[in-house]
Parts: sequence; C-alpha cells; structure tokens
Amino acid sequence: MKNIWIICRRELSSYFSSPIAWLLLTMYSVIFGWIFWNFLAEFIKQGIDMEMMGQSSPMNLNEQIIRPLLGTSSFLGLFMIPLISMRLFAEEKRNGTIELLATSPVRDIEIIIGKWFSATLLYCWIILFASINFLFLFRYGHPDWKPMLITLLGVFLQGAALLAIGTFISTLTKNQIIAGALTFGACLLLWVFSWVSSYDSSSWAQVFSYMSVITHFDTFDRGVLSSKDAIYYLSVIFLGLFFTARSMESLRWRS
Amino acid sequence: MITVQDLTKRYARTTAVDHISFSVSKGDIVGFLGPNGAGKTTTMRMLTCFFPPTAGTATVAGFNVFEQPLEVKKRIGYLPEAPPLYLEMETIEYLRFVGRLKGLAGADLEKRIAYVLDRCAVADVKTKLLGKLSKGYRQRVGLAQAIIHNPDVLILDEPTAGLDPKQINETRDLIRSLAGDHTVILSTHILPEVEQICEKVIIISKGKLVATDSVHNLQARARGAESVLIEVGARGGEFAAGNVQTRLQKIAGVSRATLREEFQNGAVFEVEASKGQLVRGDLARAIVEAGWDLNELRPAAMSLEEIFLQLTGADASKKAEPSPEPAESTDAPAPEANA
Repeated sequence: MKNIWIICRRELSSYFSSPIAWLLLTMYSVIFGWIFWNFLAEFIKQGIDMEMMGQSSPMNLNEQIIRPLLGTSSFLGLFMIPLISMRLFAEEKRNGTIELLATSPVRDIEIIIGKWFSATLLYCWIILFASINFLFLFRYGHPDWKPMLITLLGVFLQGAALLAIGTFISTLTKNQIIAGALTFGACLLLWVFSWVSSYDSSSWAQVFSYMSVITHFDTFDRGVLSSKDAIYYLSVIFLGLFFTARSMESLRWRS
Repeated sequence: MITVQDLTKRYARTTAVDHISFSVSKGDIVGFLGPNGAGKTTTMRMLTCFFPPTAGTATVAGFNVFEQPLEVKKRIGYLPEAPPLYLEMETIEYLRFVGRLKGLAGADLEKRIAYVLDRCAVADVKTKLLGKLSKGYRQRVGLAQAIIHNPDVLILDEPTAGLDPKQINETRDLIRSLAGDHTVILSTHILPEVEQICEKVIIISKGKLVATDSVHNLQARARGAESVLIEVGARGGEFAAGNVQTRLQKIAGVSRATLREEFQNGAVFEVEASKGQLVRGDLARAIVEAGWDLNELRPAAMSLEEIFLQLTGADASKKAEPSPEPAESTDAPAPEANA
C-alpha cells in the first residue's frame, strides 16, 4: 500500500513537471468551456424565445446542459486517455528506469496499480477542473446535484477502465507513439462496438454491445446508479491490470 | 555473501550465460571481466532479480534470487549500465524517491540522502534537474541511488563506461572507498580497471566461466611467458637491426626475438622469454656490452584480448578435438537485451 502511494506520487509529479498534464488541463478546459458556453447560450435563448411567445414548457438545467455536456466529455476522454497512459511503461522501458523499479523491493502489482492510479487521478482531476463551469449553474439556478454526481462517477469509471487498458498497452512497447496509437484504437473500438445494437439483436450483437464502454455509460448518463454497469467497469479495470501484470512477468522471462 | 551455482540463461536461440558458478565473500570487491556480449549484464540482472535464471541457483546474503526476490532486492544496490534516472526530476527529489522505494522513511531517509550526496560528491547539483547533468554527474547520482539504503551487496554494471579520464579516476576512487562497507561486484571490459580496484576477478567469455582468481594470480598466469619490449639504439651510426636480433636470440632463456619497428638509428624488438625465465637483466647487459645503447626496456603489457586468447584459446584447442560432442555454439553475441 505504501509502495503504491510512493510510485503514484512520483508519476503524478512527473506528469506535472512535464508539459503533458498542463497541456491536457488547458486544452480540455478550453474545449469543455466552449461547449458549456454553447449549451448555456442555447438554453438562455430558448428561455427568452418561450417567454416572448408566451409558452411555458418546462426547462431543465440537468437535461439540457449538464447531461449532454458530461456525455460529450466522456467522448472527449477517448482522445485524452491515450495521451495520459502511453508513457506509463513505454517511457520507463526506453529510459532504462524500469530496471530500477524491477530491482527495487516492491511487487510488480504495486508498481502497476501505482502507475494506473496516478493516471486515473490525473484524468479525474482534469474533468473536475473543467466541471468548475457547473458552479455557475448552481449559483444562478437550481440543478439537481445527485444525478450530476452519478454521471461524473460514470465518466470517472469509464476513464479508469480505459486507462487500465492503456496501461497494459504501454507495457507492450518502448515507443510511446505506438502505445498511444494502439490505445486510441482500442478506445475507439470499444466505443463503436455499441453501434451494432442499433440494427441487430442477435446474441453476437449483444456480446459486442455489452463489451462497449458506451453501453454501460448510458445508465450513469441518465443519473441512475447501476451496480451492473459499475461491475462492468470494475471488471475491465481488473482485467486491464491483470494483463499488465502478466505482460510484465513475461517481460522478465523473455528478456 | 553471494553464491552462484550452475547459473544459466538461455534465450530462444542463444545461451547468454552457461553454467556459471562462483562465490563472493563478504567485503570482497570483485571484478567481472569479459568482452562485450560475454554475459556480464545478463548475470548481473539475474543476481538483481531483474529476470529469473533458466537453470541453476544464486543466493545473495542467504536468500535465493528466485524464491525470495524481495529479500534479495532489499540487500542489493544496483547500478545498471545506463544510470536509471528520471530526467525530469531533481537530484534530491530522485534520491528521496529511490530511498522511499527501498524502504527508508522519515529522519532515516534524510540522513541517508545527506550521506550519499556527500559521499558521491553530488551535493552541489542537488536541486538541478537530472536531465541537465553531465554524464559524470549522472553516473555518480546513479551510484548514490545504488547505495542509499546501505545495501550489503553493490552490483555495478560498467560504472566507468563513457566517462572522461578524470571522471573515471574519481569513480574508481569512490568505488574503492565503498568496498569497506559493501560487497562489490563490478563488471568491466577494461583490464587496468580491475587491476586498480578489485581484489578478485571473475572472467567470462561467451557465457562461460573462464577463470576466477585473485588479480595477482591472474596477472602471473597471463604473463607466464614474460615478454619485453626493448628499444636499442646506436650512436655511431652503424646500426644493423639484424645483428641486434641475432645477438638477442643467443641469450639463454630467450625463446624468440622479433623486430617490431625500425628507425634510423635504432629499432624496437619484442623479446619473449621461455616460461619461468627472467631475462631482463641479461638482455640489458648483453646490449650494453655489445656497445649499443639501451634506450628503453619495458614489459610488454598484455591486453585483455591477449589474456583472453591465452585463457580461452588454449583451453579451446585442447578440448575441441577429443570432445565427442562439441559444445553448442554460442558465437552469436548475447543480446544485452533492452528489456
């Protein structure tokens, strides 16, 4: 446990001492803020329009701003995740620092969890930082904070699961670009798997649809805390880290 | 302190380390000598539990590297060939991280950091980024990280490779000064380095153990047949190299005299004596008595390659023929794999 924290802290400080964390933080905040601005402007315009026409259909901050925005941010995460996870092991392998870790009195699994956890913390931090925008909604309106938190949790879980896959892919190569590209491909694939369900309902289609990260995000997106979908994400995390451990072990036997 | 028994590492097609056995006792400083690709790094990586051996056992401080790797790792400080530095970290930040990783904490940790900063002479760069340090400093920070947890055993992979002569000397001094507290194994392909630092040598070539011996014995063994270089000159201007050569060959105990280099009024000869004969005095006397000038007389330094030829070549020629099944070829250089 202590070792996990030692590794995790070093990874975090390395993210922030290289430009990568700041770059992601800035770019994500700008894009998130721009989308927030657009949704908000549309919301206000709709409100004014309705008032002018004398209609009064119900308007909802949660449904019209928070939910679509977090849905978009789970999509934006696809682009961010490879950039976060690609260096985890690839960089260590290239610099030879993996020799330090592998010959220190720590277990492989502690190294792996420490690294994955630091990536997940960075990812959550970036999302939370961008979510400051929501404070304006709470200042001037009364959105429901409970479904918002659940959707955020869904975004976090989805990120953590994809980062576990990225961690595994990062052990396969010492080239960060290759690790990043492969992770991006894997993320996209897990995304588009869900499309099959729109025209096909055979058992194969159901399997692919179940494998897709987006299928399981739906319930969180609706503000429903579903243990079934949480378990899907947790199993992907477990599987990703398990493969990482196997990959590290085979690295030792093969090299 | 370290016992190695039939240690073997096989890759798909090559055998990098082939049944090596040796032992190192506490406080020794041992040189691990061999040409590039001999299997030095592979052996060290097995000792440090970086990867497991294919066959054989190794114990460090009583713990088996395969069964109790965590215990072994606690007692080993390892400096790989390329110092494992995180280039975006500051020196002190890096040492703190490694110290924590090795199980130090609190006041103990700070004390050890202060100690290694001083001991490895890196205190003046403690707030610099590792990426901005020169090669010599990086090497010393690498050493500092290896000794931070005061390990029983220090394993150093080519600690002086790529340094300039001044840095090499400093690093050698540092390693020698560490020997008192730690058992040290260092790999190198430079013979003088072993002569300067080590008490004991383990020589491997193509994955096989060639010799383990004390430095003194090894030198004696390598120079079994004494060979000297002499430069002979003539002031009078009448100088015939052939005359000198025949004169030299007549001296009792000289097995061969070859002309190495000839210039206007002199020449350099290499004189080989038969085994066990000391002929330097006789050579000098003979030349002076014949009226020539003795400009230089020095033992022909044996290069590592020559020692290898002597130690491996002789063995190979003897064994190769009668052996019914010749040892599997390990000619391909062991992949000093970047794992």
